[in-house]
Amino acid sequence: MGVKVIIPTPLRPYAGKRDSTEVKAGTVGEALGRLTTEFGDLRKHLFTEDGKLRSFVNVYVNDEDIRYLAKENTPTKDGDTISIVPSIAGGLCDGY
Amino acid sequence: MATKVQPMTGAQEAAKAAASLSNEEILRYSRHLIMPEVGMEGQLKLKSAKVMLIGTGGLGAPLGLYLAAAGVGRLGLVDFDIVDFTNLQRQVTFSSGDVGKPKTEAARERLSGLNPDIQIDTFETKLTSDNALELFKDFDIIVDGTDNFPTRYLVNDACILLGKPNVYGSIFRFEGQVTVFGMPGGPCYRCLYPEPPPPGLVPSCAEGGVLGVLPGIVGSIQAMETIKLILGSGESLVGRLLLFDALAMRFRELKLRKNPNCPMCGEHRTINKLIDYYEFCGVRGEEAPAPNVQVPEITPRELKSRLDRGDDLFILDVREPHEFQICNLKGHLIPLGELPRRVHELDSSREIVAHCRSGKRSAEAVDFLRKAGFRKILNLKGGILAWSDEVDPSVPKY
Repeated sequence: MGVKVIIPTPLRPYAGKRDSTEVKAGTVGEALGRLTTEFGDLRKHLFTEDGKLRSFVNVYVNDEDIRYLAKENTPTKDGDTISIVPSIAGGLCDGY
Repeated sequence: MATKVQPMTGAQEAAKAAASLSNEEILRYSRHLIMPEVGMEGQLKLKSAKVMLIGTGGLGAPLGLYLAAAGVGRLGLVDFDIVDFTNLQRQVTFSSGDVGKPKTEAARERLSGLNPDIQIDTFETKLTSDNALELFKDFDIIVDGTDNFPTRYLVNDACILLGKPNVYGSIFRFEGQVTVFGMPGGPCYRCLYPEPPPPGLVPSCAEGGVLGVLPGIVGSIQAMETIKLILGSGESLVGRLLLFDALAMRFRELKLRKNPNCPMCGEHRTINKLIDYYEFCGVRGEEAPAPNVQVPEITPRELKSRLDRGDDLFILDVREPHEFQICNLKGHLIPLGELPRRVHELDSSREIVAHCRSGKRSAEAVDFLRKAGFRKILNLKGGILAWSDEVDPSVPKY
C-alpha cells in the first residue's frame, strides 16, 4: 500500500482519465514527481516552468493544506491521501 | 455611480413589517415554525434577512427557489444575461417560454409567483468594480453563484471590504466546491487561491460541460449555509472546504485556513479598493493567453462553393469524439490534444481545412500544423456554428 493521490476532474484528461492513483513516496514532492513522471502532460498544470507548484493548485495531505505544513517536503506515509485541488470557476468555456 | 442599476419594485413594506408574521405567513412557514431550530424567532430572522445572489444561473436557480420559499425577506438578483435554450438543462428557475427574456426578469416572475410576500430586487447589470460596493451595501449576505474567475475575485474583495459573508459555490462537470468566506476571523477566497489560473490553463469546452443536477446540489448546499448564517445555528462551512464528486457520489472535507499574509483579509491588507479583475485574471498569468492565433481562414460560404466545385480539400475535425457524434462535416477526426502524435495521418501536399465548433481550437491546430511545416492549411472561420448559420441550417448547433 502506498500513498493515494486523488486527481480532480479538470486534471483527469492529463492523467489518463484516472480519478486517483497510488504511488510510493516519502514526501509530497516525491509523490507529485512520480505522478508527473507517469503522466507527463500533468506537469505544466501543476508546476510553473521553474518547478514551483502553481498558486491556483492546492495540495492537501489528508485534510491539511501543505502550505501550512512543510509544503512539498511534507512527509507522507502509506495510507495517506494526497488531494490535488485546483480552483474551478464554473461553466465558462470562453467560446471554444 | 455610473451604472444601470435599477432596483425593481417589490413589496417594500415587507422589510418594515418584519417584526411579525401574518396568519397566511404562519401557515406558509408552518413546517419551519414547528421546528424548534427555526421557530417563530428564526422565521422572523429569515423575514428580515437581505440576501444578494450573484448570478441567476445553475447555482442561482436552487438558491433563488429555496431562499424565496424559505421566506428570506429580501432577495437581490444580479445578472446581465438572457435566458438561452442551453440554460434549461440545469437552470430550473426558467421555463422554455422564458428563452430570450432577461434572466433577472424571468427569475423575478418565478420567485414572486412562488412567494409573493418577499421583496425581490433585480439588477440587470454586469457586476463590476464600479458598482459592486454600492450594490452589496444594503444586503447582509452575498452568495456567489457566478461562472468565472474575475467575478469571483471581485465578489470576494467587495465582501471583505464591506465585512460581509460570502457563501461560495463552484462547479466543474461533475465536481463541486462549497465553503463560506468573509466571516470574522475566517478565511477568504484569496486565502484559498491567491491567484487565478492563467487563461491558457483554464479548461476549454472540450473538457467542459456540466451535469445538470450538479449545480442543483451545490446551489442547495449554498442555500442551506445561507439559511444557517441567518439563523445563527448549526456548524457553518467557515474554515472548511467541502468537495463533492457526483460521479463517485462522495463528499470530502478539507481544512481551510486564514492566511495571515493574505493581501485582502490578512493583518496587513495591501488591497484597499476594488481592482481591474479582468486584468488580474488575464494578464498576470504565467502563460500568454493562447486564443486568437492569427491563421489563414476560409469562410463557410467559400468552403461550400469550393466543395461544390469539386476541389480536393481534406476536412480535418479537431473536436472530441463525443462532439463528432452530435454533428459533423464528414471530416477526419483528430482531437486537438492528439494532433501532435497523429500528425502523420495528414498529407501536407493536400489542401487541408481544419474546423472545430467555433473556430478557436482549429485555429490552434492550424497554427500548430503551420509550425510543423504544413503550408496549404486553412481554418474554417466560425466553425460548425457558422457553417450551420451560413451554409446548412440542418447541422445542429450546440
